[in-house]
Amino acid sequence: MPVKYVLLFVETEQFERDFDALSPADRERAVGLVYKWMADHADKIRGGSKLQPASTATTVRLDAGAEAVITDGPFVEGKEVVSGYTEVEADDLDQVLKMVSTWPGCPLVEIRPILEMPPAAA
Amino acid sequence: MTGTLQAHGTADREASDRELERLVREHTGRLASALVRITGDFATAEDLVQDAVLAALRRWPVEGVPDRPDAWLFTVARNRGLDALRRQSNYRDKLPQVRWPVADSGDDRLQLIFICCHPALSRSAQIALTLRVVCGLTTAQIARAFLVAESTVAQRITRAKRKITEARIPYRVPDPEELGGRVREVLAVIYLLLNEGYLATADRAQSRDLVEDAEWLSAQLHDLMPAEPEVAGLLALIRLHRARADARFDPDGYLVLLEHQDRASWDHEAIADASRLLQRAARRHQPGPYQLQAAIVACHAEAADWDSTDWEQIVLLYDMLLHLAPSPLTRLHRSIALRYTAGPEAALSEVEALAAALDRHHLCHATRADLLRAIGRGGEAQAADRRALELTTNPAEQALLRQRIDWSDDAR
Repeated sequence: MPVKYVLLFVETEQFERDFDALSPADRERAVGLVYKWMADHADKIRGGSKLQPASTATTVRLDAGAEAVITDGPFVEGKEVVSGYTEVEADDLDQVLKMVSTWPGCPLVEIRPILEMPPAAA
Repeated sequence: MTGTLQAHGTADREASDRELERLVREHTGRLASALVRITGDFATAEDLVQDAVLAALRRWPVEGVPDRPDAWLFTVARNRGLDALRRQSNYRDKLPQVRWPVADSGDDRLQLIFICCHPALSRSAQIALTLRVVCGLTTAQIARAFLVAESTVAQRITRAKRKITEARIPYRVPDPEELGGRVREVLAVIYLLLNEGYLATADRAQSRDLVEDAEWLSAQLHDLMPAEPEVAGLLALIRLHRARADARFDPDGYLVLLEHQDRASWDHEAIADASRLLQRAARRHQPGPYQLQAAIVACHAEAADWDSTDWEQIVLLYDMLLHLAPSPLTRLHRSIALRYTAGPEAALSEVEALAAALDRHHLCHATRADLLRAIGRGGEAQAADRRALELTTNPAEQALLRQRIDWSDDAR
């Protein structure tokens, strides 16, 4: 039985700087490689999205008192931010590792198995 | 089968703990791989193996070692395992397989080693799992060998098994294109066992000899993958160390430096065997860090005395090692050899170039002390020795440094 995983794509400041420094043609080529990777692994990919930059994030904190605290930015201010996610389905972790080893985009990818919930009682 | 399970003779009752451990290790991996195949679940099999190991260590010293230790272990595990199997829907299909002897293939044992050393597990979890499932150590033995709390080891094992299940880490021999990286992972685990065991001193003499486990593991791996030169290299390295292990400590438990070791007490036959193993590996022309380290140790082991050490060759091997795996610690070791080819001043300036990177490392200061002393800067040497003493936690090394500081006190 296949297992579902989410790939969390993580960008670094350095990666962002390097990407911004590319010429338009090189940038297009880089994006093309990502699309090609997605197409190559279409049999395993079940969905996902690229996210808007971390500067557009809003975080709501619910454990800081009676009222929710709303702040600008991602939940951890760091040099590494989640920039997108893909849901995949594979037989095992090694299949996913093999697939991720050729990922042409951002420099970090976190692989997390999805917790399969029992169907909700009707 | 029951006939073979009967315990025999009183002679076996005197089997020492070490012999028991050896017996258990001989059979654990096979039992584990058979159980994984039957139950289809690594975590369940791992539990059953540990139960069987604990039962053996408890009962064999009292009841005697059974004629067929493997069948005995299997029966204990099976009785527990049947309960686990009954909870599975395809119980009826699997039940007939629960019979001894089970077929054993090299692939089974390899799969077991590779899952324990999967790169998605932390190094400490890899070590704990390998020792438990492949070498048959108990959680308590692992904790004692690494000087950590038993609950810490237990937690590492639990977490690792949970990850294997939840993240579906597969039980398989890696594909050829991933094999290189996966073998390196296994070798790193074995190398850590070697280091941990090598540094263990008299106060840990009662605990498990991890160097023996490291040798056993790499011998298994070499048996299963004879064409991997780095596996042979690590096995040779371990055997070269073991062949000289007795000379490393004097009767009072003090560390004896290589220069002053009694070379007659080395096992020269074992050294020659290990060197041949290394030469056969070298014929594949795929040098790697373990083969090179073994070659360096072989240079020392084959020298008739300290003065006839081939330092030129050793420096050359360190250069190759640094080319493959640059590391300040390796450069430090190279500088020790450099002293005998280029002189203590050259070696000292090399050590001083490393001072920033290795300031927290006692060996850097101890080496600097040695070199300073060689060129007559005794005062500075003593200060460096004191710094080294502050930084080492190993009792045998502390004793050696204290001795050296006392001597230079006397010399003044």
